[in-house]
Amino acid sequence: MTTATVERAAVRQLSLRLTGATTVRVLRQLVHDRRTIAMMLILPSALLGLLYLLWKDLPTLPGQPGIFDRVGLTMLGIFPFVVMFLVTSIAMLRERTSGTLERLLTTPLGRLDLLLGYGTAFGLAAALQAIVTVTIATTVYSLAVVGSVALVVLIAVVDAVLGVALGLLASAFARTEFQAVQFMPVIVLPQFFLCGLLVPVDQMAGWLQVIAHVLPLTYAVEALQEVGRNATATATTWRDIAVVAGAALLALALAAATLRRRTS
Amino acid sequence: MEPGVTVTDLVVDRGHRRVLHGLSFTVEAARVTGLLGPSGSGKTTLMRAMVGVQQVRSGEVTVLGRPAGVPWLRARVGYVTQAPSVYADLTVRENARYFAALYGRDGRAADRVIADVGLADAAGQLVLNLSGGQQSRASLACALVSEPDVLVLDEPTVGLDPVLRVDLWDRFHALADAGTTLIVSSHVMDEAARCDRLLLLRDGDLLADSTPAQLRADGGSDDLEEAFLQLIRARAQEVAA
Repeated sequence: MTTATVERAAVRQLSLRLTGATTVRVLRQLVHDRRTIAMMLILPSALLGLLYLLWKDLPTLPGQPGIFDRVGLTMLGIFPFVVMFLVTSIAMLRERTSGTLERLLTTPLGRLDLLLGYGTAFGLAAALQAIVTVTIATTVYSLAVVGSVALVVLIAVVDAVLGVALGLLASAFARTEFQAVQFMPVIVLPQFFLCGLLVPVDQMAGWLQVIAHVLPLTYAVEALQEVGRNATATATTWRDIAVVAGAALLALALAAATLRRRTS
Repeated sequence: MEPGVTVTDLVVDRGHRRVLHGLSFTVEAARVTGLLGPSGSGKTTLMRAMVGVQQVRSGEVTVLGRPAGVPWLRARVGYVTQAPSVYADLTVRENARYFAALYGRDGRAADRVIADVGLADAAGQLVLNLSGGQQSRASLACALVSEPDVLVLDEPTVGLDPVLRVDLWDRFHALADAGTTLIVSSHVMDEAARCDRLLLLRDGDLLADSTPAQLRADGGSDDLEEAFLQLIRARAQEVAA
């Protein structure tokens, strides 16, 4: 009985190391895939540039923020969410179809170690992506942010981790690549429609507001809008970040619970 | 000596089909046990049950005296799937180092097993650029790196050139001599001769739990393939009678 306790303690103690090893492994896989890295770093800035050119010459009402300032800032939170959702669900599906997942489940690696390893690796990639995108947005496209730019990066990273967590969860229900790709519109688009970018949440029909308030992306967008308006971080900003982070952790826990060690 | 693996009345269903019909046997520790049988006989399912990733209908599988798949065993049991399960977008060395890290081993241990499977020259290459045989050896290296007490290998020598095959079998016996319990599946009967013990599987039933010498005697032929056939025919007559 004491040996069992010691063993269990050892397993728990090791998990940080195993998570770290998995993070390094996932990052190494990324490093070998130059084109994916290039797209990850450049694509959001390029798309943001398109929006900038779209609205550049449009007149704005005096005293109102320009439409690019509002939409562009929100997109800084939505890009990492969408990109990381897609990348993660494909990565996890590859892990499943290549047999490496089954193999990992026979090793001392815990299910949560694996998922946290993915979350950390793609979270780091998202941080790099956010730094590039935010820098280009605020300089080249002169996106106006009243609050802290560092806070914008933080929100983008938390959004990315949410994308990773939901991607891991969704991949548990995808048996084929076709299914995995189609989970993107299922999970991402409703959140995008209802997040408050297309129509402010308080102007939606009551029942839609209820749904919007259940979806985590709504809080990410609200947090970004708060940073866009206020010089210092508001309580709402921090609460919203906490809600998004909490949703990401919940999704990770659910993903771990749906990852079965024994399969038929 | 405690048996390496004990299987008792193991029944496994996959979908609506019964794949294993109540198998019972023990696998001696520190021996090379061959799991022989045609494709579809249930070899892979049985191996998956031993490493604890197969849902079982009923019965028990214990490895080193503990229920298959418990955390204690995961550091002590190595598993190599039939298709190479390594990361194609990593180099051989990166793969071996990752699996080494999962078992608390260092980079030197990783380099050592890469050399052991004859991939030292390819260590820096991406797995996707390797030949099929090299990929299976990379996969094998990732299991050897933990120096497991029990090694479960699903058709590890498929597609390897004969010289390499002999090399690997020598390595398996060296491991067994050092105390490792090996369970090696194959559908090629000429590999059966290289095993210390044989389990013959057909349609989810255990046809024989024997040794190569005993099988030759029972089947009345020096050729193991022929002896296996005799055994199947004898069994069919028993059932008919």
